Amino acid sequence: MATIEGSMLDFRQLDLLAAKDTAIHRLDARAKVLVVLLFIITVVSFGRYELSAMVPFFVFPVVLVTLADLPAGFIVRKVALVIPFAAAIGIFNPLFDQELRFFIGSFGISGGWLSCVSIVIRATLTVTAAFVLVAVTGFTAVCGALGRLGMPQVLVVQLLFMQRYLFVLADDAANASRARELRAFGSRGMGIGPFAAMTGHLLLKSWERAERIHMAMLARGFQGEFHLQRTGTFGYRELFFVGGWLVVFMILRFINIPLLIGDGVTHLFLAQATIP
Amino acid sequence: MSHHIVAADRLSFSYPDGTSALRSVSFTIHHGESVAVIGANGAGKSTLLQQLNGYLIPTSGQVRIGDFPVTAKTLHDVRRTVGMVFQDPDDQLFMPTVFDDVAFGPLNLGVTPEDVESRVSAALQAVGAGHLAAKPPYRLSCGEKKRVAIATVLAMDPAILVMDEPTAGLDPFSRREVIKLLKEFSHTRIITSHDLDMVAEVCNRVIVMHAGEIWADGTTEEIFADAGLLASCRLEPPLSMQNCVVCSRRRPVSAD
Repeated sequence: MATIEGSMLDFRQLDLLAAKDTAIHRLDARAKVLVVLLFIITVVSFGRYELSAMVPFFVFPVVLVTLADLPAGFIVRKVALVIPFAAAIGIFNPLFDQELRFFIGSFGISGGWLSCVSIVIRATLTVTAAFVLVAVTGFTAVCGALGRLGMPQVLVVQLLFMQRYLFVLADDAANASRARELRAFGSRGMGIGPFAAMTGHLLLKSWERAERIHMAMLARGFQGEFHLQRTGTFGYRELFFVGGWLVVFMILRFINIPLLIGDGVTHLFLAQATIP
Repeated sequence: MSHHIVAADRLSFSYPDGTSALRSVSFTIHHGESVAVIGANGAGKSTLLQQLNGYLIPTSGQVRIGDFPVTAKTLHDVRRTVGMVFQDPDDQLFMPTVFDDVAFGPLNLGVTPEDVESRVSAALQAVGAGHLAAKPPYRLSCGEKKRVAIATVLAMDPAILVMDEPTAGLDPFSRREVIKLLKEFSHTRIITSHDLDMVAEVCNRVIVMHAGEIWADGTTEEIFADAGLLASCRLEPPLSMQNCVVCSRRRPVSAD
């Protein structure tokens, strides 16, 4: 059953994968965060009707998943959950942009359809990269790396707290929702009303918890400074990792390999056809 | 050493909405004493605890920790001396790993990173949780969380331990472990609880609160022997001091 609890459990599992010990896992978190940022920027920089040039970028998550020994099926299922949201963003493009851009035989394809598919491919690439990043680094280390790369500490701490209390909040929400279900007796449980009350209740509960956490922090001498463990060094390995991927991304960005292959094949056939 | 005295002098406190939670509360707790604060729900126990490390500031009267009164200026010293363990360990364990969490206090106190490591492992050893250092708090059981929460406070090396419901929600085995731990400590201990059997084992003095006032303050034996007093404060003697439920239900065997 796809419940709040279920998806939370899966998120924890993603974080657990980070405990593995492979060459990719051992790299400094900053290197991995940088490469994924470069990847996302490159993918997003393509024009809105671009399709074929983006496909080779799948090589990045595939290589990482293989080297880091991650369960590919698990990652694919996680990504599949997010893609409908991306599709929802692009779904109206075919209505607004009906200019035909491309023909397969006599069948015309409008710009709207191209840009819709382009959005879905982009989303798949970037979301996969982000999931793989968490699975090979761990959420905490990603936050630490962002901090060491210059992200303000307030934001880093916000992210850490979010990940810590997301689970607690989800537990609370799951409990409340189960309590409602058990007394709904198959009917629709008085419509949307109870959910409004539940949400308000969750907000108040979180508010009170925030107050207690702040109290616990003060009790242990918190004075506005957050101390995080700083481990890992940025060595030659990391430099090679970042540099290598940067070169690959640049090549894939500026040279449309599927087009080249397509042209090559076409030329080959044409050449054969012209040989008497 | 006057250093470890906890004293309240005609302490009163009202919440901003006008609820009077403490009314002229006075007591003195000496070094090494183990004191329980008991009372019904809403008697003012938690409010009293929050006064002890300056989270709430009295409306009138004063709290003294060692040589200083608790004021905005002395908060830093007070919080270094008074270690507070909260009822819900989820509130206390907010860092990504157990290690980071136990290190949080010492790092705030300015302990160097090398010393922090030894302090953290010593504190975790003391509560039998050395093997949990690398785990994230949400992967611990309730009993483990509770012990780690105690370690987060021990790592700051406080002279006084204040604990809100240390055995609430624990299974019998985990509860027994926490009790063992509490008995081992030589710190001054101030504990609130509804687990009166634990109080009978761990504490030698009991303060009974009712409606924001202190109704009784005496040795554990005296207080728990006074069933009338306990009943008037919506309490009962510990189960271990009541008649055995099984035996008292047994009817005398008739002769025929």
